[in-house]
Amino acid sequence: MKSLSSTYAILLKDAQSELRTRYAVNALFMFVVTAAVIVQLAIRSEQPSSSVLSGLFWVVVFFAAMSGLSRTFVSEEERGTSMTLQLVATSSSVYFGKLLFNIVLTLLLNLAITLLFTVVFPGFVVQTFETFLLTVVLSSIGLASASTILAAIIAKANTKGTLYPVLAFPILLPLLMTAMKATARALEGDPFGAGIEEYQILISYIMVITAGSYLLFDYVWKD
Amino acid sequence: MKLTASHLTKEFNRRAIFSDISFTLEIGDSLAITGKNGAGKSTLVKTLAGLLSPTRGAVEYLLNGKKTEVDALRDHIGMVSPYVMLYDEFTAMENLTLLSRIRSNNLPIEEQSKELLERFSLWNKRQELVRTFSSGMKQRLKFVFAVLHRPRLLFVDEPTSNLDAEGVRVVRGMIEKQKKTGMLIVATNSAQEAKWCKKRIHLG
Repeated sequence: MKSLSSTYAILLKDAQSELRTRYAVNALFMFVVTAAVIVQLAIRSEQPSSSVLSGLFWVVVFFAAMSGLSRTFVSEEERGTSMTLQLVATSSSVYFGKLLFNIVLTLLLNLAITLLFTVVFPGFVVQTFETFLLTVVLSSIGLASASTILAAIIAKANTKGTLYPVLAFPILLPLLMTAMKATARALEGDPFGAGIEEYQILISYIMVITAGSYLLFDYVWKD
Repeated sequence: MKLTASHLTKEFNRRAIFSDISFTLEIGDSLAITGKNGAGKSTLVKTLAGLLSPTRGAVEYLLNGKKTEVDALRDHIGMVSPYVMLYDEFTAMENLTLLSRIRSNNLPIEEQSKELLERFSLWNKRQELVRTFSSGMKQRLKFVFAVLHRPRLLFVDEPTSNLDAEGVRVVRGMIEKQKKTGMLIVATNSAQEAKWCKKRIHLG
């Protein structure tokens, strides 16, 4: 119970801090707008297929997440508040508090990218809404989970900027491949049940990454 | 509450920062850790507080006669250190409230924080952002944060850095109170501050 309220307090603290400083939000949304505009200029009047649009969607999500999600831990290190948090909260509360914050941020990010893609690319029309919604929600949780532990690792490193996407790519590859496939299904109008294999992979990915991160986090966070 | 450090050694890249440190502290005890810059005073404080793991040796806490992990002692430990910073984007009062909520010890902090903020002459500044504070005001606020939950063990690293004469006087009063009601560990360069404590360890 105490751990839950501590986790919730960390989530609230991060949300309040983000609203004041806009550390992550500015980086995320500037990247999203820039990337979408560049892609639009590149393809001009071409009509890309569902697979290509789905791929472009997740490329933008991946790089936007890389530019924003690491901030949760990097900002604590830069401000010198990591030790303050260590003094007042258990490792598990910090991990789950930061994870929840990153999940909220990733869901908002995906919502913004979806709206932008719908406006910018006429071919980006979601035919099976349930498939798209479930894919985005599951992928956001998986992306946030992997990004949170990676952010904790790179916050302790000297070469933060370059290390993050390099470490993240192999870990996020299975998630991104599955998410692209499921998103293409949603754009093509496949029935909801057709994507069952993808949902199972995404759920398994979330469970494995979250459990592994939880076990590893104490060692990353402390020394 | 009892703290036992046994043969503590900390190494970074195989270079010993301190080695074979052993001592015992009980309620009413106070310990000064002295030594020149870079001698490892702050590292020893962090190791004792469970923020760093020792390379060799062990730190053992007994709470009500039972061996207790340092993770379970958060409600009983306070720390003032140059490495423990407060959130610049929040006001003084928001920092105290948010950090108390994260600590989740359910203590009513309003009255206690008012009393402490007044004692440190920060009550009128409680709604101002910490980023607008001078270094001395930040140090005062760190003391308020460290003792707000009435810790049994207080770690103080460089207690009077950035403080004016009035601040030093208030800190001194707080330290005397802590010595009577709990345990105190002070890391300092100053021979004068080291005299505040009954026991002493010199590093380097």
